[in-house]
Amino acid sequence: MKISLNWIKQYVDTDLPPKEVARRLTMAGSEVKGVQVIGEGWEGIVVGRITAVNPHPNADRLTLVTINLGSSEETVVCGAPNVAVDAMVAYAPVGARLINPHTGGQETLKSAKIRGVVSNGMACSEKELGISDDHTGILILPEGFEVGRLLADCLGDVIFNMDVTPNRPDCLSIIGLAREVAALTGGTVHLPDASYEETDELIDNHISIEIEAPDLCPRYCASLIKGISIGESPRWMQERLISYGMRPINNIVDITNFVMLEYGQPLHAFDYEKLAGRKIIVRRAGEGEEIVSLDGVERVLGSNMLVIADAERAVAVAGVMGGANSEVTEETTTILLESASFNPRSIHYTGRTLDMPSEACMRFERGISPELTMPAIKRATQLMAEFGGGQVVRGIVDVYPGRVEPQPVAVTTGEVKRVLGVEFSREQIEGTLTLLGFECRPGSSESEVVATTPYWRSDINIPVDLVEEVARIIGYDEIPTTMLSDPIPRQTTEPIIGLKRKLGESLTGYGFYEIISDPLVNLEILNRLYPESHSPASSPLRLANPMTIMHEYLRPNLRICVLTAMVNNRHAEGPVRLYELGKVYLPRPDDLPDEVEMLCGMLGGPRSEMSWQAKTDKAVSFDFFDAKGIVEGLLTRLGVNARYEPSTDETLHPVKQAAILVGGRQIGVVGELHPAVTEAFDIPDPVYLFEISLPELLPFTHEYRLFQQIPRFPSMLRDIALVVDAGTAYQKVVDIIEGFPLVTQVSLFDVYSGDQVPPGKKSLACRITYQLPDHTLTDEEVNKVEQQILGKLSRELGATLRS
Amino acid sequence: MREKLEELLAKARGEIAGIDDGKDLESWRIRYLGRKSELTNILRGLATLSLEERKAVGARANEVKTLLAEVLQQKTEELKRESAQQSLRVDDALLARGDVTLPGRPYPVGRLHLITQTINEMCEIFASMGFQVVEGPEVEWDYYNFAALNFPEEHPSRNDYSTFWVDWKSPNPKGPILLRAHTTSVSARVIESMEPPIRVVEPGKCYRYEAIDATHGEVFYQLDGLAVDKGITMADLKGTLYEFARRYFGEDRRVRFRCDFFPFVEPGVEMAIECIICHGEGCQLCRGEGWLEILGAGMTHPEVLRRGGIDPDVYTSFAFGIGIERMPMLRYGVDDLRLFYGNDLRFLKQF
Ligand SMILES: [Zn+2]
Repeated sequence: MKISLNWIKQYVDTDLPPKEVARRLTMAGSEVKGVQVIGEGWEGIVVGRITAVNPHPNADRLTLVTINLGSSEETVVCGAPNVAVDAMVAYAPVGARLINPHTGGQETLKSAKIRGVVSNGMACSEKELGISDDHTGILILPEGFEVGRLLADCLGDVIFNMDVTPNRPDCLSIIGLAREVAALTGGTVHLPDASYEETDELIDNHISIEIEAPDLCPRYCASLIKGISIGESPRWMQERLISYGMRPINNIVDITNFVMLEYGQPLHAFDYEKLAGRKIIVRRAGEGEEIVSLDGVERVLGSNMLVIADAERAVAVAGVMGGANSEVTEETTTILLESASFNPRSIHYTGRTLDMPSEACMRFERGISPELTMPAIKRATQLMAEFGGGQVVRGIVDVYPGRVEPQPVAVTTGEVKRVLGVEFSREQIEGTLTLLGFECRPGSSESEVVATTPYWRSDINIPVDLVEEVARIIGYDEIPTTMLSDPIPRQTTEPIIGLKRKLGESLTGYGFYEIISDPLVNLEILNRLYPESHSPASSPLRLANPMTIMHEYLRPNLRICVLTAMVNNRHAEGPVRLYELGKVYLPRPDDLPDEVEMLCGMLGGPRSEMSWQAKTDKAVSFDFFDAKGIVEGLLTRLGVNARYEPSTDETLHPVKQAAILVGGRQIGVVGELHPAVTEAFDIPDPVYLFEISLPELLPFTHEYRLFQQIPRFPSMLRDIALVVDAGTAYQKVVDIIEGFPLVTQVSLFDVYSGDQVPPGKKSLACRITYQLPDHTLTDEEVNKVEQQILGKLSRELGATLRS
Repeated sequence: MREKLEELLAKARGEIAGIDDGKDLESWRIRYLGRKSELTNILRGLATLSLEERKAVGARANEVKTLLAEVLQQKTEELKRESAQQSLRVDDALLARGDVTLPGRPYPVGRLHLITQTINEMCEIFASMGFQVVEGPEVEWDYYNFAALNFPEEHPSRNDYSTFWVDWKSPNPKGPILLRAHTTSVSARVIESMEPPIRVVEPGKCYRYEAIDATHGEVFYQLDGLAVDKGITMADLKGTLYEFARRYFGEDRRVRFRCDFFPFVEPGVEMAIECIICHGEGCQLCRGEGWLEILGAGMTHPEVLRRGGIDPDVYTSFAFGIGIERMPMLRYGVDDLRLFYGNDLRFLKQF
């Protein structure tokens, strides 16, 4: 919102520099985000009156213009078409800084001889002054400025770019901001004189007003102005509108806009002759009722919207936009002026539903006091009489079914201290509130102030609202800075937060980069993870209002996001290791979805960065056992024992995948992506994945585990090479061996098939560690167990020792 | 016999002098001191000699054995020294591979995402002030996102919290279901479920229905904080936030507290830090203001406490909400929000 400081200063006197006014407003809640100074650098440029225009002796298109500057006269050479005797212009002497209209840069004006005649300065265009881009002629100033005065004093202004918070509709007006400035500087506000003359006719004879929906319209005021002639509004008013960023239209529309900006009360002008039955009815719209709004669009209304109607039809969508059927046009002579109060929720709903944001709507939906309707309509009526050439019919119709007596709010010095942590005296509190327009009286105790809220403030309801008023006007800087001094509350850390940290530490140590993805995904891309069924087992949650279809569904798994990141990085050199720790969202009937924390990691490319020590021309690629090794490392670090079994995850390679089982439950999966999936995602090389559900894993992780004695007696290592059927799972071998006493560890150090091993068989070379806590093992003891092991392996798996 | 011994000694001494590696030395040891060595044979053959001779030869034989053992010992140490020397020297043949400026064997390097690093750092700062970390759902009831936080229905105060709605029906009166627009929803849940005294911080993902550009994203992270106790004041809020800003942005960083509006607090506060580029002089980053807004805060609105079952006449409370991306954006000069969730390794490897 662009606000002219000159305009504010029309209602409040302040000599503070603009930056300081901006700072105080900002600190007190109405943020000034930018300060634009108009007239900055206009040193020496003054107002002058043209006293003579003579032809240039050597050029047809140029003139010699004599300008009276009060104490002196100067003659300049001018090429503008709009020079005329008596016109008021901006005169720049030699040495003034002006904008070069061709380059846009600032230049110092030099004395120049133009076609043989010396030009002593110049008359400036708007563009040369930096006011606008207009360079078609020189700037002609309105009458009333004193000749010889600095232009900066006449036209200079400071524009505040403001952000007003939604609780302060009063600050969406110049007078409201003037009140803030007054409270912050100790000044007083002068309201404009809004008196006008009236004819003898009574308004009640011309219009009747009925409110059928008082819950949506607490007050409706109207005045009637006859004999209007539509024309331009005065230049000063146009300038005010332009300073705010509004386009002047005609005197009537400009006056309603001007008063809305001045007072904050939206107004609407009807062409009285177009109202059927001399009637205004404020009622709910019929379901499906239609109206063509001022912008020419046909709107279909609903029964929870409010309309202004005449005897026959709706003539405006209340508070949102007028109707074309009652619009003020060139021919309009009689105006019915509306100043009303509408239910803010209803206006917000209507504006949002019809998608018709407007300045009026923005003010109504924030909640304007019904008390504001009267001062605003008087001011606008006065301006219409003055600048619309009209006569005002006697009286203002005022239908006010929603009158509410203001409820005073009480606050004590104790409450102020309880909230702010600093003591303010009763006098300080009362003084501050009085500055803001509150009427204060003593309360039931010495420390209590009872304050009646001024009508323009709709945001004060409870004592703490008054505490904020005191704090923001006195200044937050006056509140001390202390540290919380009470004992620290009992802490119970959510275990899953600790688990996430540990996983992150391990994975980054393994060379993984953590990623974070947008959990909103596209369904078609998601379906590419399912090369057979072409869709996930259960449908993911959909957004009712997605931004784009690329972000329409909440991810039902994490792999879609990690895979997308793999795709994004497929041109990266060297190994790519990515993981994400994040939620997936699984629908539950009638309830919020189950948000499951997942870990998903992927790796692809060469196993190592290029190095001169490895034969990296053909770098070894990652394989399934890299992914599995990472899972084993993660789980070992957490003290979790897992088993692995073949599994059937559709996204993964049918044989290169394993379920991760802990305590008999599947907690995740590890495997190579199905070639059809990598192809669908346009990734040339294999990608390996691991995925673990954190809630499934969490119960098996331990806060701490007890110390285990370091073995005091040496272990004995024995290597055996077994020949088993090629299809026999190593896990079965391990399970048998580990089932024997003395065995503390089994490590596999070779897997072989080919020469020296019969077809259909494989050789597994294992190192078995034997150990006892209470004595050094003898060969005999170990031999005995080894024989038993070999016997069982032979019986159950048909294993033989490799010769 | 004796001559044989002296001959042996001389021969052994002569041979060992020429040995320069451990393998040859070992075979020398086996030849002269091993179980099947000549010296062992001589010692075994003593039995056939006369007592006199046996004494004399035996004594010499043992002397020889000791002498040879000494020589072996010397030689072993000599070789060890030499090999140690050798390992420190650069062999001409190995000169190329011995170049110490060659790169080392690559070990993988990984990193936490910048957002995770930031959350961890922020949580540590607040943990040191007694705040514990809690988390809440991202897919949330309308109630905790809005009504519980004193957002009236159909009110423009909701305009800044443009919401994604989830297409899922529920008869729950706290519905409909949405994607939370701020982590303040977690505060609403904490107020309802925990007993004072409370000190928590709540980091997490949030969502807003906004077109994605350099400063807006449909997904972003926020960290909300909440303290509830008897006697908590706005002065405590200022102190807590000031401490955070100093710890994150630097010891001598100035801060500014000004009045702002959020429906769930009263009085409302916005905190800014002195511009990190111009230190208050005014520059492009701070739009000439000299200050950078970094968070919103305030004293928790009595209505919010009351709805969560905490008596506002007994307890006071403060709350704050910090946009997480802005922290590293300011600290490291990251100028585009989209970089955070684009997962480009060229970005991830920088932090
Ligand atoms: Zn700056």
